[in-house]
Amino acid sequence: MDGSKSPLRIAFSSANPSAGEPARTTIMSTASAPSSSSPTSLRNAVIRLAGNSQDGIQSIGGFLARLAGRTAQEVMTYMTIPSTISGGPSIFQVHLGSGEVLHEGDEADVLVAFYKHSYENHIAALRDGGICFYDTADMGPEDVKHERGIIHIGVPFTSATVEAVGGSTRDRGKNMFVLGMVCAVFNLDKEKLVGIVSRQFGRKDESVLRNALLAFDAGFAYQVGDVEKFAFVPGEATSGHRISADGNQMLTMGLIAAGVRYGSAYPITPWSSIMETLRVELPKYGGLYVQAEDELAAVAMTIGAAFAGHLAITGSSGPGLSLKMEALGYASMAEIPLIVVNVQRGGPSTGLPTSVEQSDLMQAIYGSHGDSPRIVLAPKDVEDCFYIALEAGKLAKKYSCPVIILSDQALSSRIEAFEEPDLDKHWVEPTLDISTRPEGFKPYPLDAITQHAPPGSKMAGGKYPVSTGLEHDEMGHPSGSPKMHTLMTNKRRNKLVQLSKELPLPVIHGDQTGDVLVIGWGSTYGPIKESVDRMRSEGHKVGALHLRHLHPMPDGLDGLFKKFKHVVCVEMNDSGLYGYGQLATLLRASLADPRIQSVCKTDGLAFRIREIVTGVEKIMSA
Amino acid sequence: MSTALVTPAAPAADKLTKKALTADHPTWCPGCGDFAVLNIFYRVLEKLQYPHENIVCVAGIGCSSRFPYFMNTHGIHFIHGRALPLATGISLSRPDVHVFVFGGDGDGFSIGGNHLNHAARKNIKLTYVIMDNFVYGLTKKQTSPTSPIGFKSKTDPTGSIDRPINPMRQLLASGATFIARTHAAQVKHMEAMFERAILHDGFSVVECLSECVMFYAGAFDDSTPRKGGTFDTIDETQHNVTDETAAFKLAENLAPGKFGVYYQVNRPTKNALEQKWIDDTQSKLGGVSQKDVLKKRFETMR
Repeated sequence: MDGSKSPLRIAFSSANPSAGEPARTTIMSTASAPSSSSPTSLRNAVIRLAGNSQDGIQSIGGFLARLAGRTAQEVMTYMTIPSTISGGPSIFQVHLGSGEVLHEGDEADVLVAFYKHSYENHIAALRDGGICFYDTADMGPEDVKHERGIIHIGVPFTSATVEAVGGSTRDRGKNMFVLGMVCAVFNLDKEKLVGIVSRQFGRKDESVLRNALLAFDAGFAYQVGDVEKFAFVPGEATSGHRISADGNQMLTMGLIAAGVRYGSAYPITPWSSIMETLRVELPKYGGLYVQAEDELAAVAMTIGAAFAGHLAITGSSGPGLSLKMEALGYASMAEIPLIVVNVQRGGPSTGLPTSVEQSDLMQAIYGSHGDSPRIVLAPKDVEDCFYIALEAGKLAKKYSCPVIILSDQALSSRIEAFEEPDLDKHWVEPTLDISTRPEGFKPYPLDAITQHAPPGSKMAGGKYPVSTGLEHDEMGHPSGSPKMHTLMTNKRRNKLVQLSKELPLPVIHGDQTGDVLVIGWGSTYGPIKESVDRMRSEGHKVGALHLRHLHPMPDGLDGLFKKFKHVVCVEMNDSGLYGYGQLATLLRASLADPRIQSVCKTDGLAFRIREIVTGVEKIMSA
Repeated sequence: MSTALVTPAAPAADKLTKKALTADHPTWCPGCGDFAVLNIFYRVLEKLQYPHENIVCVAGIGCSSRFPYFMNTHGIHFIHGRALPLATGISLSRPDVHVFVFGGDGDGFSIGGNHLNHAARKNIKLTYVIMDNFVYGLTKKQTSPTSPIGFKSKTDPTGSIDRPINPMRQLLASGATFIARTHAAQVKHMEAMFERAILHDGFSVVECLSECVMFYAGAFDDSTPRKGGTFDTIDETQHNVTDETAAFKLAENLAPGKFGVYYQVNRPTKNALEQKWIDDTQSKLGGVSQKDVLKKRFETMR
């Protein structure tokens, strides 16, 4: 940039972290001073790839994420999917780190722009002093805005790919060229990366893999100029194996491990990939997943399988959950155990089908007519998607009621690397209990939690049970008795009150007492934790409390709240008419604690660290 | 095909009797056609002798949908219009049970109309009895999808103006593999139709005209001989039940129309096709335990 011959020095914003600031909170922080001869060591870096949806940037992002898993790096990815079928701008952002990676990254350290429009739309996401690689096929030096110390490097992705692969394939494979280039710049483990690529393309035509590797090698060998090279410090080795996956994959695997073998659903973004995987996977386990004609049929078929004695699952995204509500009311009334996954997206109505929002909490808890208690859980990250599914299976069976899992679009598509679940410890064998039920069997006992006798069960007393949506007595006979409706409403509610007493109180991260307690649920776990660490490093006494159980909530939260001056709920939903997000509203109503405040947002994007810090600090200083 | 082909299953340990099958006294109005349907269903089950615990009665909402409470078998009384997808879930996940679905014209042709089409085209193994009374009875006399033009109801006080659906043509178009029409006042005919429907391997549906004496008395007089009507049955020596075009022709005019089997073909059920897929998939795995299947899946994610 200044015309010197020495390698370009990237102006690290955090090359010399100020005292007291944890290195992990800085972006692309260096672990040692850069030297011109050896690569600069990095603890973490955020790479944003911007192009169009057909450019295959999702696949390179996936390769990088999987490599991170293999090299004991932490990773979190973020992608956008256009809601149109083909074409349209798309990005994939990879946050790689040698320590804990808790969020997708506020700003990118490196931007790879496939087009001029990609450059124009995403240059603002690049940090001061970051590096931008752009394709010279679509823009030239005259299009570059020289600002904020950003280093621009033009690379002929398209023509170099065509040259490497041969003319007939046009520019297909330029994503692999870029992957090769990124591999070289960041000194990634080339051998492992090629192995991952080979396994992916190996299933296809031989020429596909050959072309992919030709493009990769061309990118790897390309001299990007005198830009310095980087290398990640090694991640901490773990004892077990590590896997990389997205949230929808882990929810699916968790459901299978929980003993789910049947269910039905209807396609809707971003839920669909779970049903697609269940459709293909369940036959391997002797089970079956049915594509239904609509959302109402899907939940009805699932209740049918549950009534038949199986652990069954249906799922959808926001609008689909609304369509299932009448049947969910039935499942509460008839006390049928089933799991319902809702991968939340922006709403209402068709809303923002490919964006993230947490605005279905009230719908999950209170949607449906009448008093229809059900359990609502939310996973905190991709790994937790597996464990929340396991828990949902156990709770559905124990409490014989619907269990809704609230995931979201961000969790559904982002890839993280984590320890492989120990199946010897967690595997649940599916069961079908059609043992003979003793004389005097009551399907709806007032003094115990309902456990149904599915078809196939002989009834020793000769009286067969009917599952019903009408208010009923203990034997399941329809009953309009005022007293019975009160007793049965109590029965259906009290089992969840019992659960709230059995749930462990969540562990507070950070300070256990102090200025402010930051509360979150769902996919905001990472960003909130990171924000709390940052505020603590600035001298505040802050704790983070994350709720995985949203209905019922664990008993005794008020005791934890009392230890802090301020209580702030951070949520991706609207602050509503009265100024509080959905969780904040519930907490205020149930605990009558007027100190509970909200930090909300509705832009369809995951929280950035600075948004949370700014929002919480504003409440603290008010 | 005739009823002569019916071979009763091996007798269960405890003989299934009408007494064992009887539950609560029906809440239907005196004179309701549904009583006869219930009695004939008892009789057919007595004849077939399925194991008691493997019989499941499913219904949605409506007068006739109260059926499961009057049967002492495993039963489920579900929500309006969704009995068929619910029954689909039972049928596909439990090959050992016999699934029977009961409902009316509103449940089957109106609020649940879409499900009828899909359960039929998928050829789900179950038997569906539609007790058609041409009126909404439980909600006290509103127009139903089968009410004839001119029928005066609380929602059409000057007479219904919408063309009613033709149940036989609707069912033929849906892809059902056994379609019959019968009459609650013709118990012998009804018994034969139920039996053939139950023994059919696939989605079998029987429309049974069943008079609502409270809100549409006399609706089926034209097909009731003792009221001066004619009960005209299909002559299966003349009508080929596998001929779809002939069946459509036969269904041209259902006032009062013909009674009997309109259509019956053998097509693989979804139950069988899915089971084949499961078997093929599992045979490729070579007897690996289910837990190991998932372990191997995790290995590919490393």
